[in-house]
Amino acid sequence: MKISAEKQKEMLWTMLLSRRFEDELVELCKVEGKIPGMTILSTGQEAVGSGACAALEPEDVIITNHRSHNHLLAKGAEPNALMAEIYCKRTGCNKGKSGTLHLAVPEVNAPCTSTVVGAGPPIAVGQAFAQQYKGEQRVTACFFGDGAAAEGSVHEAMNLAALWRLPLIFICENNVYAGAQRHEEHTPVPNLAVRAAAYAMPGETVDGNDVLAVYLAVQEARERALAGEGPSLVECKTYRCRGHGETDPQHYQPREEICSWLEKCPIPRLRDDLIARGVLTAADYQEMEGRAESIVMEAVRFAEESPYPDPEEALEDVLA
Amino acid sequence: MQKLGMGQAVNQALREEMHRDPNVFLAGEGVGVSIHLNPMFPTHGLLEEFGPGRIKDTPVSEAAIAGLAVGAAEAGLRPVVEIMFNPFFTLASDMIVNHAAKLRYLSGGKSAFPLVVRMKSGAGIGAGCQHSHNLEAWVAHCPGLKVVMPATSADAKGLLKSAIRDDNPVIFIEHMGLYFAPMPVPVDEYTTPIGQAEVKRPGTDVTVVTWSGMLGVAMAAAEKLAQEDVQVEIVDLRTLVPLDKETILASVAKTGRLVILHEATRTGGFGGEVAAVVMEEGFHHLKAPLRRVTGPDIPVPASPPLERFYIPGDEQLVAAIKEIL
Repeated sequence: MKISAEKQKEMLWTMLLSRRFEDELVELCKVEGKIPGMTILSTGQEAVGSGACAALEPEDVIITNHRSHNHLLAKGAEPNALMAEIYCKRTGCNKGKSGTLHLAVPEVNAPCTSTVVGAGPPIAVGQAFAQQYKGEQRVTACFFGDGAAAEGSVHEAMNLAALWRLPLIFICENNVYAGAQRHEEHTPVPNLAVRAAAYAMPGETVDGNDVLAVYLAVQEARERALAGEGPSLVECKTYRCRGHGETDPQHYQPREEICSWLEKCPIPRLRDDLIARGVLTAADYQEMEGRAESIVMEAVRFAEESPYPDPEEALEDVLA
Repeated sequence: MQKLGMGQAVNQALREEMHRDPNVFLAGEGVGVSIHLNPMFPTHGLLEEFGPGRIKDTPVSEAAIAGLAVGAAEAGLRPVVEIMFNPFFTLASDMIVNHAAKLRYLSGGKSAFPLVVRMKSGAGIGAGCQHSHNLEAWVAHCPGLKVVMPATSADAKGLLKSAIRDDNPVIFIEHMGLYFAPMPVPVDEYTTPIGQAEVKRPGTDVTVVTWSGMLGVAMAAAEKLAQEDVQVEIVDLRTLVPLDKETILASVAKTGRLVILHEATRTGGFGGEVAAVVMEEGFHHLKAPLRRVTGPDIPVPASPPLERFYIPGDEQLVAAIKEIL
């Protein structure tokens, strides 16, 4: 395993930043009227987005889903514009049109968050096709959940991507729950990576709480895609520590199960590993925490002080 | 002037636009190698001319075809994809309704989705309701989409060229019954603007607003009525969204009478929208209640006499006009 110290610290940083960002959302969404709509978090799953995005280059594209905050921050989205959009303010990255559920940040090549379950993969096919058509050295990575894997659109996308050898990485974030249904209640196979065989593409199941394992798997899939060998499926096994959304009481998730996964949190895991290996000091980590705190507080201040759009702005941006 | 069926006119538009812009590509089921070895069909011969890199035969995967268009359009290409028959739109509808139509809005105007979805529609081929179902009202109801339904070969060519150059998603619906009827098409380069209706026959006594395959029915009825000294003005919408209200209202202001004619079923049909526009903005011009002549509220049946019963005919239109004269 050869991952530069810089890269490992980058992964720790984006995990930490998105955790701090979402921890703040946990509190903010309890305040009546502050965060419109749903609040859907990736707490505990940060190793997937942070590991995957660290293996991608800035010109690579990601297509994401309900639990997008970590993916987008790891891809380099600007926290102020993201927070303001979650607040549905005019200064948000989508001028208040998308809210938390449809964050689109094309400036960091994250043009689509779809919250129609299973809709991301066909769109990722189109992005990857454009990369292949133009002869670019870029790839597309598509994040989707174990629930989405039951959608027919995911089958269609995988079949077409494999048939055309598109530069596409399917990243299945298997967090055990789809809504209130456990994995075994909606899927007959324990590991979704086995489905890759049906499309003659490589499929690998990795520990989704081990950011370095995710990084290596996505890096390998990226190299394969760039070599013209087509798509890969990387299944990252992780756990949904919070509810489907913040109003979900999680009555169907055993308390002990949640606790056991909280102990497997990817952030202290990498932190302790880096400190043990002498890549990071405790002081470095404290500095990172302080930086995350000030970035998130600044994002909240920016969002709070930003105006809402004027009602008539609802009429803009329908057509080009 | 050349004489082309609508399929051939579409073929010319595709060919010309693919030569003009290397970002234009085609994808769909059998757009390259087709089960119809027939030069009257829209994508005939394009694979030989442009090769498999730009003429993409796909698996039978409507969601993936439409998703391909959405993703590739955002990335700067100009996809023209085909959903073989209008009823199969249901399989592609999430990509079109929830994504092609909405993603620009959701991006706050940062992204554009210059794509065209071509679909064949229309009754009259004896194939029954899962191949013949006119669903234009469904797509017209989705903000963010443009909806084009030409009635002549010349309009099909000019409008498709405009659709390919448009920076928005355009749903382009071709009536199969028009593929085989040669109609005049200009030889020189031209485009036809989206969003403009056209008066296909001037008249003074009654306005018929129609589109797509029903234009011929309207023309036949107008010929019959002309022999009885009734002058029918025919407005061919050509584009449903954006709707050219001005041309409709100007015609109604002139004639004072309106009949709306469409092949699609009646309840929730786009004719209701045209009627509402005239009631809201042109009511004072009306000398009589407006009428709709449409397909009945039934699935399109397969048996020839049943299918003929389904498709509105010129006699029905003549009768409706006489009711309000």
